[in-house]
Order: sequence, then structure tokens, then C-alpha cells
Amino acid sequence: MRAFTYERASSVEAAAKAAASNPEAKFIAGGTNLLDLMKLEIETPTHLIDINGLGLDKIETTADGGLRIGALVRNTDLAAHETVRRDYGLLSRALVAGASGQLRNRATTAGNLLQRTRCPYFYDTNQPCNKRQPGSGCSAIGGFSRQHAVVGTSDACIATHPSDMAIAMSALDAVVETAKSDGSRRSIPIADFHRLPGDTPHIETILESGEFITAVVLPPPFGGKHIYRKVRDRASYAFAIVSIGAVIQQDGTGRVAVGGVAHKPWRIEAADTELPKGARVTASALLADARPTEQNRFKIDLVERALGAVIAEARD
Amino acid sequence: MQSPIQLEISRRNLLISSAATIAVTGAATGEAVAQGARTSMQHMSKVSLSVNGESYNLDVDNRTTLLDALREHLHLTGTKKGCDHGQCGACTVIVDGRRINSCLTLAVMHDGDEVITIEGLGQPGALHPLQAAFVKHDGFQCGYCTPGQICSSVAVLEEIKANIPSHVTGDLTTQAAVTPAEIRERMSGNICRCGAYSNIIDAIVEVAGTKA
Ligand SMILES: Cc1cc2nc3c(=O)[nH]c(=O)nc-3n(C[C@H](O)[C@H](O)[C@H](O)COP(=O)(O)OP(=O)(O)OC[C@H]3O[C@@H](n4cnc5c(N)ncnc54)[C@H](O)[C@@H]3O)c2cc1C
Ligand code: SF4
Ligand code: FES
Ligand code: FES
Repeated sequence: MRAFTYERASSVEAAAKAAASNPEAKFIAGGTNLLDLMKLEIETPTHLIDINGLGLDKIETTADGGLRIGALVRNTDLAAHETVRRDYGLLSRALVAGASGQLRNRATTAGNLLQRTRCPYFYDTNQPCNKRQPGSGCSAIGGFSRQHAVVGTSDACIATHPSDMAIAMSALDAVVETAKSDGSRRSIPIADFHRLPGDTPHIETILESGEFITAVVLPPPFGGKHIYRKVRDRASYAFAIVSIGAVIQQDGTGRVAVGGVAHKPWRIEAADTELPKGARVTASALLADARPTEQNRFKIDLVERALGAVIAEARD
Repeated sequence: MQSPIQLEISRRNLLISSAATIAVTGAATGEAVAQGARTSMQHMSKVSLSVNGESYNLDVDNRTTLLDALREHLHLTGTKKGCDHGQCGACTVIVDGRRINSCLTLAVMHDGDEVITIEGLGQPGALHPLQAAFVKHDGFQCGYCTPGQICSSVAVLEEIKANIPSHVTGDLTTQAAVTPAEIRERMSGNICRCGAYSNIIDAIVEVAGTKA
């Protein structure tokens, strides 16, 4: 790990200013992704701004009956929150499907959204990787690509976003609230928050330099059945090969997002309207533009089957 | 021909990459030697924490994980370093009542916190019920993962009591139950290379049963 200086932020504004004034600074929340990457010198900040003491760990009801989740709420606390379990079960389910009890006790809402890919070549500093080292090439294209993305890919990168929580946030139409270093605030719909790789796979979100996530806001509850189905190589403590997050109403209508298939949570609103017609039609609408590799072509069938299981479970 | 500057850069890269290798294999002191020249006072911090009920004031390199602070500074070597990347659970300790991976958190982030390690749960002659149950049920072979398994299982029983849901919890709106399936799922962050899992579950289930 490279040496770095350390400060505890005194306010959101001060933290955003400190980060914007030093391009080599990073915020640290739970640290469970950042420190992992710093040990491997994939991330090499020279200054860390600890944002844990700012009181952003609260969950509150909004004026319109939605929920504002502080950026520093731990994954465990979010999953266990009474309102989340009752009205946004999909979010609880996605959270407890991720990582381990120990990790969820540290991992935060904002850190989870910003966790970086698990592409093995991104982690292997001896291999070319456009995300880690822009312009060096993509080792996954033509390499081992079983875990990689099938849709929204580019010739520069076929990595997936690894978060389970983000799939639920996407299906639930969450909004990310931020504070910028100039003191202004903005609200970013989750669909616009993460970027596709294009030819700049190292730029993963639309956040600006120093921009601080303060909260994630959920709209009022949608009702319906909340289901998160994660398919992985072992029954627990493994990243998704494919996952489905869905809210399905009694009449078969609903909303669905897919994980493990793209550089961001994969949601196509046009596919939502196909849900009453079943898994095949919906999956084709979701993955119409898929460009799988030989090794991950199976994900196309897997999405359809996992979605079929979700729709069947919703009918029970 | 390589210029002296290029040579200097590649020598530095060599040092950096060998330091990274050492870090992965777990010799924290080797890393400190390799990088010592690049640290200064600004790279050090003071931190006060309570470990197993005793207060400590430490001066640490900012890079020091809580795990390395416990092992290298406080010589509490019960807590183990398996992977150093959050993947195995050998480093599990309880901080402010919650289990965490001490390898993926910095000591400086824990100013004022209360840490409990395996040494603080019980000692020979006065074992914690879970320590005693692991012995009784042979919940280990080599024992390397055991401190992490025991710290984790102490916290797991508290988490179920506090009604924190898990991946196998049926109805999210009712109280989580103490079942072997729940315990197994909640213990999945603790890997045992020796495969002592079934005896580990027996030990935890017994303590959960006698407590409930
Ligand atoms: C072994 C292992 C298994 C895992 N398995 C899963 C899994 O199955 N599913 C899953 O979804 N996840 C999994 N994870 C990932 C885990 O969920 C993430 O590491 C965690 O959510 C990151 O949150 P954090 O608070 O620790 O982030 P940090 O590591 O603190 O931060 C991550 C990034 O976010 C930035 N950041 C943090 N907070 C803010 C903010 N408020 N504003 C702006 N930037 C911010 C930081 O600068 C950093 O770049 C796993 C991790 C490990 C180590
Ligand atoms: S898929 Fe993306 S992250 Fe993986 S090697 Fe290619 S560029 Fe790097
Ligand atoms: S040493 Fe911390 S999880 Fe393996
Ligand atoms: S007892 Fe050897 S690793 Fe678990």
C-alpha cells in the first residue's frame, strides 16, 4: 500500500472541497472495497478523507412518503430497517444476498454503489486492463470472460458492476443525492448514475471530482411482491453470475432490473411493460442488444430462466 | 539505451511490486521496510482504542489495518491474517458490538472504539461458552480459522436475537429464528481450509439451544 495522509472530515462541504482540491484524495467510508484495492496498489490515493463521523447514518421518511437513506448507513442496518423490510423487501433481500455478515456491518450505502468491478484482470496488475490503466487494452476480451458482461459492452471493456444492492435500487427507481465542492446539490436518478464503459471504462459514474454522495432516496412504496434472485457459483458469499431484482403486482405487471450482465444495473423500462407476457418476451426485450462472448453466452438463457423463476414465485 | 532515470523508475517499480507481493503473503513488517523511506510524520496518526477492556494509545502509520495494529503493535496474535482481503474471515473481531473483518479497516478509523478479540472472550480456565463448545465438538483441525469462527459465531447469535435478517430468512416481517440453516448462512464469511464446518455448526447450535 502506498503511504497517504489522513483526515477526519468535519462537514460534507469541507470534505467535498478537500477532495476537489486534491485529485489524489479519496473519501473512505466502510473501506471494504477501497482498502482491498489500495493493498494491491490498484487505487493509490495520497490522501484519505474519512467521512464516517458526519451523522449521515440515518434513515428518514420523506415528505411524499418515500425513504431517505443516509450515505453512511451500513448495509446491515439498511437490510434490517423495519420500513425497508416491510415496504422495500427487494432492497433487504439484495443486501443480505451480498458479501458476508462482517462486510455488511462495515459496508455503506454510498460505498456499495461505488464499489469497483471484480473482473479478475482488473485485479491482476500484471495484465493489461483499460479500466485500471487506460489505453493498455482489455485482457478479458479474448481471455476468460465467463463472469463478464453480455450487454452494453464496448471494445474497450466488458466488465460487470458487482453490486447486489444497486440492482434493487435500480428496480426501485432510487435517486442519488450529492453535494458538490461549490456548495451546490443535485439529485441523480439511479439510471443515469452509472456509465456504460464506452471508450473510457475507468470513468464509472457521472460524479464530478470531489462530489459527495449524501443520501439515496426511494420513492413511495410500490406494493407488490418483492423478489431478489441471485445465481452464483456457491450458495453464499459469492458475487452474482446473474441476478434479478423485481417488484411484481398481482396482475403480473411490475418492474425488473438485472445484475451480472452489464457495467451498470441493467434496466430497460420498455421491458417492464412486457412482464405480464412472461419471462421469454421480457428477457428478449432486456437483452435485445446483447453481444455475449463464447464463454458467457449462457447468461442469456440464465437471465430468462431466473426471471421465469421470479415470475413463478410472484404468483405463489 | 536506458537512461539512468528510466533505470531508477524501473527499480522503484520493482520495489513497489515486490512490496505488494509481500503484503499479499502477509508479512507486514517486510512492507514497512520496503516503503519506510517514503513515509513521514504526516503519514502517522495517533489513535486511542480499547481492546478487551484495556485502553491503548498508539502511534501508527496510517496504512496500519486494525488487524496489524492488534497483532504487530499490541501483540494480540489470536486474531489471524488469512487472506488480508476480506475473503476468509480469519481476522474477524467485534468492534462496538459488531463483527467486522479487521483486515479491511484502518486502525486510525477506530479512535475511541471498543474492540473485542478472541483473547477478550475468554481465557484457558474461563472459556466463553462458544470456545468451550468448539473444543467439545472438535470444531477445528489446524485451528487457524478458529478465533475468527468463534468471534463471528458470538456475534451471529446476537444478530439473530437483534432480528437482523439473512439470505435464508423466510418472512422478513417476523423474528429471525435460530436454526442450523440460519447459522450456516450467517457463518459463510468464515472459511475453514480444514473443512471442520459440520462440527463448527454443531458447536454453535448447541450454545444457541442452551441459551434460547
Ligand atoms: C470478499 C468480498 C465479497 C463481497 N461480496 C459482495 C457481493 O456478493 N455483493 C455485493 O454487492 N458486494 C460484495 N462485496 C463488496 C462490498 O459490498 C463493498 O466492498 C462495499 O459495499 C463497499 O462499501 P464501503 O462503504 O466499504 O466502501 P469504501 O471501500 O469505503 O468506498 C468505495 C468507494 O466509494 C467512495 N465513496 C464512499 N462513500 C462515498 C460518498 N459518500 N461519496 C462519494 N464517494 C464515496 C470511496 O472513495 C471509494 O472509492 C464483497 C466484498 C468483499 C471484500
Ligand atoms: S473487462 Fe474491463 S476491467 Fe476487465 S480487463 Fe477488460 S478493461 Fe479491464
Ligand atoms: S484476513 Fe481478513 S478476511 Fe481474510
Ligand atoms: S481448522 Fe484449519 S482452517 Fe479451519
